[in-house]
Amino acid sequence: MVAHLLRLKLTLLRNSLRRSPWQLLGLIIGGLYAVGIAGFLGVALVLLRTADLELAQTVVVLGGSAAVLGWGVVPVIASSADMTLDPARFTTAAVPMPQLLTGLALGGLIGIPGIATALVALATVGTWSRGAPAVAAAVAGAVLGVLTCIVLSKVVTTATAGLASSRRFKDVSALAFMVPLMLMGPIVAFVAQGAAGSAGFLADLARIVAWTPAGAAWSLGGDAAAARYAPAGLKFLIAVATLAGLAWCWKVLLQRALVTPPFAAGGRKRGGRMGLFGVLPATPVGAITARALTYWIRDPRYSGSLVVIPLLPVLMFFQAGQTGDYGVLAIIGPLAAFLLAWSISADVSYDNTAFALHLSSGVRGVHDRLGRALACLAFALPIVLVFSVGPFFFTGNWDWLPALLGLSLGILFTGLGLASVVSARYTVAVPLPGDSPFKKPPGNVAQTMAVQFGGMGVLLVLVLPEAALVIAQSVTGSTAPGWINLALGPVLGLVLFTAGVRLGGKWLDARGPELLAQLSVNR
Amino acid sequence: MTEPQPGPHPAAGRQDHPVPAPLAVPAPLAVPALSIRGLAKRFGGKIAVDGISLDVPAGSFYGIVGPNGAGKTTTLSMATGLLRPDFGTALVHGTDVWTRPLEAKKLMGILTDGVRLFDRLTGEQLVSYAGLLRGMDKDVVSARVAELLAAFDLSADAGTLVVDYSAGMTKKIALASALIHAPRLLVLDEPFESVDPVSAANIRDILDRYVASGGTVIVSSHVMDLVQRMCDHVAVVAAGRLLAAGTVEEVRAGASLEDRFVQLVGGRSQTEGLEWLRTF
Repeated sequence: MVAHLLRLKLTLLRNSLRRSPWQLLGLIIGGLYAVGIAGFLGVALVLLRTADLELAQTVVVLGGSAAVLGWGVVPVIASSADMTLDPARFTTAAVPMPQLLTGLALGGLIGIPGIATALVALATVGTWSRGAPAVAAAVAGAVLGVLTCIVLSKVVTTATAGLASSRRFKDVSALAFMVPLMLMGPIVAFVAQGAAGSAGFLADLARIVAWTPAGAAWSLGGDAAAARYAPAGLKFLIAVATLAGLAWCWKVLLQRALVTPPFAAGGRKRGGRMGLFGVLPATPVGAITARALTYWIRDPRYSGSLVVIPLLPVLMFFQAGQTGDYGVLAIIGPLAAFLLAWSISADVSYDNTAFALHLSSGVRGVHDRLGRALACLAFALPIVLVFSVGPFFFTGNWDWLPALLGLSLGILFTGLGLASVVSARYTVAVPLPGDSPFKKPPGNVAQTMAVQFGGMGVLLVLVLPEAALVIAQSVTGSTAPGWINLALGPVLGLVLFTAGVRLGGKWLDARGPELLAQLSVNR
Repeated sequence: MTEPQPGPHPAAGRQDHPVPAPLAVPAPLAVPALSIRGLAKRFGGKIAVDGISLDVPAGSFYGIVGPNGAGKTTTLSMATGLLRPDFGTALVHGTDVWTRPLEAKKLMGILTDGVRLFDRLTGEQLVSYAGLLRGMDKDVVSARVAELLAAFDLSADAGTLVVDYSAGMTKKIALASALIHAPRLLVLDEPFESVDPVSAANIRDILDRYVASGGTVIVSSHVMDLVQRMCDHVAVVAAGRLLAAGTVEEVRAGASLEDRFVQLVGGRSQTEGLEWLRTF
């Protein structure tokens, strides 16, 4: 039965690849990336073999504990748990519980994160190949550690399945996850600074963590190598008890989940609140703008990118604070303009097959393009203006304001125009409606990359005039090119914006059905 | 069954198109509501629709039946401008769907099976959105939305996001979106799937009155009883081909529609075998 479940998992993986060669290419790219990271970590761990025992122990214990925490936290917050072997699908198959648990746990290993974790964990055996007891202890530790990771992730996803199926929780958690992810750089820098400040801090931390369920398994090899057999024995018991406890929790939760499917009760609300539809003009363009803006607020796939925007100055400010050069703050205007404008380059892909409503209603392509672009412009323009002018209050170097303001506006308008063309012609792989923004989207990753990078390349060419004038100012030192840019950016941008909306509209009129057919592939 | 509540009159918004006085059985007009000729579509190596030609008389209640994978949805998608056919033409009240799509789509209300909705809008917003996309006047839209929601028993959930609706409610809100602009032809793909019996009866009343006042309805379904009771014309499609078409009386030729359908489509397996199923 366990073998059956594993074979099922492999078959599902193979069949998903068979859908298109692009899918295979995407897996290969993801696989290479994982192999790169796992290989790097593995080699580093093996090289640690000759290092000081204390240092090696610190690295292995802290790294292993971080992996355990990662397996516990990421699936919930990102609600991106791999549900190909969703236990709920086995409800009617009457699989005996111990075999179902074993099968699902081993099945969790199949897949890029599982294999990568297992390989890196096995590399710790290399670190501790300093004698037979150490190797034996390291192997036991690696197996226990990896199983703890997998079972913990299963416990957490099963426990939160009810919670996670509530739409509101999914929406909020996805947004909440954005913030630490964005601030990762500063946080890491902060921790590194703290660690450098007190050299013994990490070693002390590792010693404590080694006695906790998260770190016990990973400390076995080191303790055996140091011939501290009594603590190693105790930690082995802690690790086994942890795994057993988690497995028991999982079993209980799963038994309950199988007979009580998640139930999301939603309140009923009477109508009467039309939101933005009541405010904007009652025309096709106005309605599309209202719809798109509503999505920018309500759909975490859109609002996720809005959460990033206010964090942008925070990040740049942190960077600037480290180097003491606040001039770098000036690029947040153009950067925000690019990010916001390019965010609608996959707008139709985000609609998914809901786009059929536009097609069956006979919406003119130009109206569709213009409505979406105006919705983005409605908040992007004020943000870009604030971000372009704001930094100069810190730098005081007002000579550069016209040049950079022109560049920002040029990028914003040009980018919106180009995005209107791109999203009318090409579909890219994006998370499905209702999915977490972090979920691995179905569809071909390779085409997505080609479209995204190709589009950005074209955008770079289109804003060359504005960029050239900024460079001209920095070379000549005169403010004249900057003032020219202030006029040129918006004018050229608006021309390209109009052209983009028209061309995109024309393509949409001509190829609407083909676009819908492409969208129907991933749903 | 109580009297149906006064629902919207889909024909009410188009007094400028005079229709013949409602007859018990509307006489077919000269120009068919939908006329398709030689529609064909191939997906990769699989021929989904293999040259279907069909006339749907104006003022008829037309059922399209067929087994799963027969090509019903593909045919209707090609006839309504959502999927470009490899061959063939489709005319809606004489307007070519593929050469004059914007005009043809004004005449049609389409309920597509298996597509998503803009489900982060509330029910009320979604139906209004469908109306506004058609360029309708704001006041007309809001009046009709209120009536449609009442007719489909969705008033209490008008402000709920569509993503939180049940399957049946989602179907009803999609149907309301297809009706908002008072089309002359309604093309409904599986309109009764997962809709509860009371709502289904209400929808049937709405559609009956719509047909009685001169509108044309095309529904696809696998529920033969429903089609036999509801429709006056029927077409049987299987494996991408049209097997029979005409009035329900003609097609069923004395037998029940279900028996006739099974006879036409074939593929009924012998009920022998599976003896072990009776051994427990």
